[in-house]
Amino acid sequence: MAEKGSTGTVKVKRGLAQMLKGGVIMDVTTAEQAVIAQEAGAVAVMALERIPADIRAAGGVARMSDLSIVQKIMDAVTIPVMAKVRIGHFAEAQVLQQIGVDFIDESEVLTPADDKYHVDKHAFTVPFVCGARDLGEALRRIAEGAAMIRTKGEAGSGNIVEAVKHMRTVRDEIAIVAAVPSEELVARARDLGVPLELLKEVARTSKLPVVNFCAGGVSTPADAALMMQLGAEGIFVGSGIFKSSNPAKFAKAIVEATTYFNDPKAVAEACRTLEGTAMPGLEISKIPPDELLNVRGV
Amino acid sequence: MEKTEVGVLALQGDVIEHLQALRRAGLTGVEVKTREQLERVDALIIPGGESTTVAKLLDRFALREPLAERVAAGMPTWGTCMGMIVLSKEIVGMPDQPTLGVLDVAVRRNAFGRQVESAEVPLDVPALGGAPFPGVFIRAPWVERAGAGVEVLCRLEGQAVMVRQGNILGTSFHPELTRDTRIHRWFAGWCARARSAA
Repeated sequence: MAEKGSTGTVKVKRGLAQMLKGGVIMDVTTAEQAVIAQEAGAVAVMALERIPADIRAAGGVARMSDLSIVQKIMDAVTIPVMAKVRIGHFAEAQVLQQIGVDFIDESEVLTPADDKYHVDKHAFTVPFVCGARDLGEALRRIAEGAAMIRTKGEAGSGNIVEAVKHMRTVRDEIAIVAAVPSEELVARARDLGVPLELLKEVARTSKLPVVNFCAGGVSTPADAALMMQLGAEGIFVGSGIFKSSNPAKFAKAIVEATTYFNDPKAVAEACRTLEGTAMPGLEISKIPPDELLNVRGV
Repeated sequence: MEKTEVGVLALQGDVIEHLQALRRAGLTGVEVKTREQLERVDALIIPGGESTTVAKLLDRFALREPLAERVAAGMPTWGTCMGMIVLSKEIVGMPDQPTLGVLDVAVRRNAFGRQVESAEVPLDVPALGGAPFPGVFIRAPWVERAGAGVEVLCRLEGQAVMVRQGNILGTSFHPELTRDTRIHRWFAGWCARARSAA
């Protein structure tokens, strides 16, 4: 297609995120897990060496996954495969693009490689997703070229409270920007630390210019339904599936609850099929401040 | 006479983009998530998304048969990318993935390659006339074999990327991601004719 066409355009990068809407993206660490996720109805998988709960437990420096793991997962499924790079580590991103990964997550779950700057994502053909806690972070990442945004939540915590906070914060800040008179936008863009043109677009459309998913703490079908009703356009589930006692059932039920999020009868039906217990959760205030992931990469 | 209602299958994918494109084309679009909603609409668009996901949800929520029946009974139906895969009779190399089996074609999934090969390509579509159509291909399928009753409306690199079989339209690409409403308006024409015939 390359002879007549243009690859890596904003439209095809943001477009893949649009095709994932209403779906669930699941963290997997092996080809077998990837097949379970695809069978359950995942729209994509995130190929990882370790899921966030285990990264949290292991400590130390968390880097891009072993490429042989990513490759095995790419060979095992037909749905898109995503993989994570450290914040600012554009060489890890170049490597993942080279092997043909479909989407890159520049993620706070890994140990940041750059304490000041994120990757220049415009320079890549492959699309990027980035985490955000508020409108300023979201628009800075989009200005850098992110084709998709997700809440940061608190990965590996099994606790939805941070994701709720981040989704509500972005939503409320968008509502304010859309409501204020236009003469306020320059000063607000300055205060948020974002380009004025992007803020004007948000004011005009009352939404982010890219798809916005929820991530960081989803562990049950009801968590997924909650986030979708709060305005998430889809769901990332990290540790919630393969740290539950019945991954295949949890995966399937979370997919169903995401599709029928505003139908409590269908969500109840999904909850009833779990036959197991959710992953153990962490109280956010009990996590030592230097182990919080969502404060990385602002 | 009531206005024609075009349903957009809303199990997963770029549903809102189709609803917006329908509005730009002067039509009324509604989400279809249940059997009851399916029974009410005059026509249906199956959007872009992940075909494995939607195939499973159609089965789990008992929508596959009623949907296939309505398409077979003549409801104007258009599948974009994933939608065309779901409508097809066969997926090359993936005999286990269920489809509606109403469009007499064999499609190849991700035929142009992975996401880094996704591209915007101007397309020559004689049936539409005028300027080239802005083709947006995202991990797109192509039609590898088409039955005798299937008309190929557009080719890219020799592969069929837009096909029609009676009341069924399939496109490998995503007109809903562009400002060009020609295919949505063309599809609206079918819907109007199907209504007046009924």
